[in-house]
Amino acid sequence: MTTVASFSIDYVQHLSPEGQLVGDKAPPIATDFEQLKKLYELMVLTRVFDAKAIALQRTGKLGTYASSLGHEAVHVGMGAAMKYEDVFAPMYREYGTQFYRGVKMSEVLLYWGGDERGSNFSGPKHDFPWCVPIATQNLHAAGAAMTFKLRGQERAAVTVIGDGGSSKGDFLEAINAAGAFKLPLVLVIVNNQWAISVPRKKQSGGQTLAQKGIAAGLPSIQVDGNDLIAVHAVMDEALKRARSGGGATVVEAITYRLSDHTTADDASRYRPQEEVENARRFEPISRLRKYLMSNNQWSAQQENQLLKDCAAKVDAAVEEYLSTPKPAVTDMFDYMFAELPHDLAEQRQYALEMENNG
Amino acid sequence: MAKITLVEAVTMALAHELEHDPDVVILGEDVGINGGVFRATAGLAQRFGEDRVIDTPLAETMIAGMTVGMATQGMKPVAEAQFMGFIYPMVDHVISHAGRFRNRTRGRMHCPLVIRAPYGGGIHAPEHHSESTEAMFAHMPGVRVVIPSSPSRAYGLLLAAIRNPDPVIFLEPKRIYRLHKEEVEDDGEELPLDMCFVLREGKDVTLVTWGAMTKETLEATDKLAEQGISAEVIDVATISPLDMDTIYESVAKTGRCVIVQEAPKNCGVGAEIAANLADSQGLYSLQAPVKRVAGYDTVMPLFRLEKKYMPSVDRIIKAVNETLEVS
Repeated sequence: MTTVASFSIDYVQHLSPEGQLVGDKAPPIATDFEQLKKLYELMVLTRVFDAKAIALQRTGKLGTYASSLGHEAVHVGMGAAMKYEDVFAPMYREYGTQFYRGVKMSEVLLYWGGDERGSNFSGPKHDFPWCVPIATQNLHAAGAAMTFKLRGQERAAVTVIGDGGSSKGDFLEAINAAGAFKLPLVLVIVNNQWAISVPRKKQSGGQTLAQKGIAAGLPSIQVDGNDLIAVHAVMDEALKRARSGGGATVVEAITYRLSDHTTADDASRYRPQEEVENARRFEPISRLRKYLMSNNQWSAQQENQLLKDCAAKVDAAVEEYLSTPKPAVTDMFDYMFAELPHDLAEQRQYALEMENNG
Repeated sequence: MAKITLVEAVTMALAHELEHDPDVVILGEDVGINGGVFRATAGLAQRFGEDRVIDTPLAETMIAGMTVGMATQGMKPVAEAQFMGFIYPMVDHVISHAGRFRNRTRGRMHCPLVIRAPYGGGIHAPEHHSESTEAMFAHMPGVRVVIPSSPSRAYGLLLAAIRNPDPVIFLEPKRIYRLHKEEVEDDGEELPLDMCFVLREGKDVTLVTWGAMTKETLEATDKLAEQGISAEVIDVATISPLDMDTIYESVAKTGRCVIVQEAPKNCGVGAEIAANLADSQGLYSLQAPVKRVAGYDTVMPLFRLEKKYMPSVDRIIKAVNETLEVS
């Protein structure tokens, strides 16, 4: 017997849960404190926004909302490593990435508030909207990456899937295509340990989820998803490889869903509270704050000011959301096709008459 | 001008668009050097290169999903589902994404894609190669469903489908891929989508059909003519959205309507046409109940029985005679 293939999966961490640099190869961003502070502020803003969105849902001012609590480092880190001309194909809770790319908080609220106009957002016009069906976005990103490759553009696509979604055929077909076509694509498995109520261990017999990428012929790596510095470094390397013709990468970011799946879920039914409390010790924001403070880059006073600023920004976004006029009934019809077919034109007219007579 | 078959007209339309629009790419299984299992892409990879005519891994969901992704980024991908029986893994991307992108982003993104698939029975094919499930796609908002029934309509409608800024499912009746040849000029002239074609004018009964069933319907029309019955034949061509106006106009003239479809009767496109006639002014034109001649609501049989399943000339004539018996 001979070994015809062998592989290993590396795990990258630069910042310990105590906020100390570990290892001896810190990436440049570890000492770029201006950038780190900017990213820290965005992580905090994302968390303040998240708490507000849940409160809006609880008071009947928002529909079902998917929280991003605990995912701030992986989301913001992905966004910071991307360029504007890259394409982002999210699932539905990567607000930190989207805020970095210019999506407004009021637009996220519009979407979860039941209004399609939220997906006509202020971020890059080529970015994909939220994607609910699970893993289909991975193939859309592969298609975007194929477009860049065919056009000879130095752009990459980034797409996200959860630990649960990595069990789906769409994800597996996307990584397979990425390897077969050598696509400029980065597939990020945000492994937050829970797919609604089903734990990671029930999703796959694989020791890691990253190793699925090995089967597709892709460089595949695990990263501490609560470590902004590590996420940024891993994404930066994968994106540079993608843009320069080196093909796709699978990144498994290990994090933890500190919230319920959505506001329609109650995780206490299936998840021990001790596990959540333990996971909180590894959460990303306090880790980065400790690092910044221990390097004299952040103070309690700055923290207080930041929280006040974030609250004001979120309040303004909520105001913008709540004061958005209702959509017109005709909006249902007017974006179905470039040119409205005659049967839909008749239905549009009927809907308008019912609206005016009602 | 050479006479060409329906499948050759498909190839000609694909080549025309590859030639004139750099955003057009073809992708699918065996579409490259092999030219497709029905030869619909024969010679295209050799002529336009493997970056324009792309052989993919054997994964239909992937083909559909990547097609959606490419379309949203400004390409005009034309994907081939090798057979309609293999199109079902693609359906999620059609119903959940292709048909929704323009609407759900309020026009920010749209999906100018085409998925082509050979469909229908009658070629002694293996299991899963003979069904007609076009009604499934017709039920999906945001998607056009187009079915050519002659070489010239295949050419003109496929050009229109590729140029259309919204998704089009283009179903090719493979039983008549090589049935007859027609002179088709490669002039880049598209035919209108969303419109029926009147193939024969008549005054006693309107026969409404599409795809390969145009063959039996036209044969039935010839036989009916021998009996002194004048049938008007309408090829629906675009089954979604439906051009009912052409059908209303015809039925207003004939007073009778027989719908011929290869697909199962239950919830088929014929049911939609009949329902439209029933809940409109069309009802007052009718002098007899609308009849449907359709496939049975059974599983499509393997090929020893497939001819018994599909509507025959005799079944069409029987239905016409039944409508004529009602005075």
